[in-house]
Amino acid sequence: MSRPAHRRPEYRKINKDLFVLTYGALVAQLCKDYEKDEDVNNYLDKMGYGIGTRLVEDFLARSCVRRCHSYSEITDIIAQVAFKTYLGITPSVTCNNPSRTAFSLILDKNPLVEFVEELPAGRSSLCYCNLLCGIIRGALEMVHLAADVTFLQDKLKGDSVTEIGITFLKKLDEKKYRRKK
Amino acid sequence: MADEALFLLLHNEMVSGVYKSAEQGEVENGRCITKLENMGFRVGQGLIERFTKDTARFKDELDIMKFICKDFWTTVFKKQIDNLRTNHQGIYVLQDNKFRLLTQMSAGKQYLEHASKVFNGIEDWDFHREEYSANHNRGLNLE
Repeated sequence: MSRPAHRRPEYRKINKDLFVLTYGALVAQLCKDYEKDEDVNNYLDKMGYGIGTRLVEDFLARSCVRRCHSYSEITDIIAQVAFKTYLGITPSVTCNNPSRTAFSLILDKNPLVEFVEELPAGRSSLCYCNLLCGIIRGALEMVHLAADVTFLQDKLKGDSVTEIGITFLKKLDEKKYRRKK
Repeated sequence: MADEALFLLLHNEMVSGVYKSAEQGEVENGRCITKLENMGFRVGQGLIERFTKDTARFKDELDIMKFICKDFWTTVFKKQIDNLRTNHQGIYVLQDNKFRLLTQMSAGKQYLEHASKVFNGIEDWDFHREEYSANHNRGLNLE
């Protein structure tokens, strides 16, 4: 495979309105196709999963992050590098349990909901940004980390902040890498 | 500004999602394109509303087409349309030699079979004039 030509950073950006409006059109179409909020949420999560499994390769190629040694390091990288690279925001990270396997990303600014005033009538349990949960879950799975990613709080549903909860489960790849001595 | 990779992947997922749902049901090809067109229509409408907020009213069709080929295309795809042709009877053909949504796929021959699906999925941008006068709506054909 030939190496892709070096692209200047400006070329990698697209108009934010285009992205936000496209996402909105997608959610609107899904609301038309599915009656239940749960179905829309699941579909968005599945879509996000597909995106995440591919996006992680782009991320690792571009960001040159070092190998992480703890779940909190990983969550920090997601918040400070990945979110910054792809959405231009930096959520803050909090830890939710003493064994340091559950974390929260607090988004005070969410570009995806820029043009959303409120959830449509009758769609009170719609997780508008569920795509993000799927993306994080898919990306983590490609680096052999199983995680549960859900929205814990959502500004669109009346909460004070938007909070994404990441709970790391048992590692998929149990075998530890052993160096031959 | 959002990142290109994320948008490209989102677009791919949308196209594949629509076609997958078509395979499961008895919906024919035309319906998928309509769904994608409708989504694109919404997006185009929203974009145009934002971009033309402060611009002067367009004098005629050619003015609209020039806006689309230069300003609109540059804002959205970071380049201008390469070629604009018309038969002076209401049909315009816009040619983009390096369409950003397809460059990843068009580089090799691997995806030739699936290219037509994605091509149809490139949203048709429909453009409404600010005052929504009925005669001035035109669909654009991408070549």
